[in-house]
This record gives sequence, structure tokens and C-alpha cells, in this order.
Amino acid sequence: MIGARTSALSPADVLARIADVPYARFLGLRLDLAGDEMTAVLPFHERLIGNPMLPAIHGGVLGAMMEMTALAQLAVSRSAAGEGGGLAKPIDVTVEYLRSGRPVDTFARALIKRMGRRIANVHVEAWQGARGAPIAALHGHFLLPSEG
Amino acid sequence: MSAPITRDPGFLKAMNIGSPQTRELGVETLEVGEDWALLRVPYKPEMIGDPETGVIAGGVVTTLLDHACGQAVMARIGQPTTIATLDLRIDYMRPAEPHQPLYARAHCYKLGRSVAFVRATAYDRSADDPVATAQAAFMLNSSSARPRGVS
Repeated sequence: MIGARTSALSPADVLARIADVPYARFLGLRLDLAGDEMTAVLPFHERLIGNPMLPAIHGGVLGAMMEMTALAQLAVSRSAAGEGGGLAKPIDVTVEYLRSGRPVDTFARALIKRMGRRIANVHVEAWQGARGAPIAALHGHFLLPSEG
Repeated sequence: MSAPITRDPGFLKAMNIGSPQTRELGVETLEVGEDWALLRVPYKPEMIGDPETGVIAGGVVTTLLDHACGQAVMARIGQPTTIATLDLRIDYMRPAEPHQPLYARAHCYKLGRSVAFVRATAYDRSADDPVATAQAAFMLNSSSARPRGVS
């Protein structure tokens, strides 16, 4: 892509590295890149369940998934801009639960509302059946890696 | 008079094991009071979020805090009720120490008719040096939103 430094990893390489993080593998998180748009996919698995009676995916898992989505989107955007790799660190996140997480696949997309020099503000939405009926949302601030 | 069932160690253990996610993580309830709960999660390699440092992912902290907040609400209610997290705000103060268990202490400081409010702290060595703090609101007797807990 234009302006990318040859030393920087490509967005696809960056995502492959994040998907290989042990906790991402534990969740079974997949990161799909279509052009400059990234979608995180959390295939349903029994171990993601928090309440077996309903059953419903654990709220913590949904928060974790959206946090990983934000980190991945930040890494992809920085990579596309020729910035160095490395993961951002969450400073604070607010998770809103809108609907029960049913035992099916979950998707999430992140929107970077502002990318500063040190701090980024990111909004994430997670949905299952319908994009227009999100099951959870996350707003957060992230500390960007200082290298590069 | 015996303590309410939601403060019974056996009940809480069954809840932690009955939930596949907390069973996988190894979440345990160590102590519970009238309006609070103390939980622990061990350090496990599959929780690592930063392979270079071995620090666990923020998501593990999120799940532990969410679970601890829910159990503090249940403790205060005293009987099994369906509750749903409305929102959960987490401030991350510092990385958790690798190879250390992580603790979370949650306090349900207000129980209304429809909503409960909770604060929680996650720490490894000392509660005075938190890894993260959380603030959450729960809807009580929920059936349509995001029910959890034991119904």
C-alpha cells in the first residue's frame, strides 16, 4: 500500500500475529481482512458459555472479543499507515450489553474515532444474526505502542 | 439460621464449574459476604495476551471482574435470581504480573428494586496496588435482556 515502509509488517501479517496470541487462540478468534475493513469472527464453542441454563455466551468473553477487535483494528490501521507493529494497551473500556449472546457465531467491527499520537479512542460493536441489532458495544481508550 | 444459598461455598463452586467459560479459566470463589465476593483465577499459558512479556490478556481480567460483580449482586440478593449486566467499565492500571494468580473483590454497594450497582478491584500481590478497577450496573429479574446467573 501507498506510503508503507518495507520494514513494517503488512496488515495481513499483523492480523496473523494477533490471531496467534495464546488468548486469541483460546477464544478461537478469527480476524478477517477485506480491503481496509476488518471483521472479527468468534465461532461458537461450548467453552464460551457463561450461563448453561439459557445458554448464553459469558459477558466477559464478549468484552474480551471486542477488546481484541479494537487492538487488531488499531494494529491494522497503524500498519497500513506504515507505523511500526506492537499491540496497543487498553487504558479504559466501557462495555454495554444490549442482548443475550446466543450460542451462535459472533462478529465484531471496530471504528477508530480518533487516533492521536499516544492515545486512540475506539468504538466496537458485536452482533450475531443481524448487523443492525448489536448484542454488545465497547468504547475504549488505548495507549499506542511507542516504537516507530 | 443458615446463610442464604447464594453465599454458600458449594453453591458458588457449582456456579463456577457449571459455567464452561469460568471452568475453563479456573475461576474460584474464595470468600463471600453479605454484599461482596472474592474470586481468584490462576495464571495459565493460554491466557497470555502479550507473548513477549507473558502478561495475560485484558479479556481475562474483564471476564473475572464481570463474574465477580455478578456474584457480589447474587450474595446481596441472597437467593438465586436472573441478573443481566447492563454495563461494565474497566480501568486498567498496570499489567498483571506473569505467573501470579489474579484476584477480584467485588462489592455490591446499592441494591434497588430493578438495578444493582457494583464496584470491583482486580489485583495480584496486594489490593492496594490494583491491576484494574471496575464499575458495573446489573438489571435484576431480567428475562429479556442478557440473563445470567442461576435462574
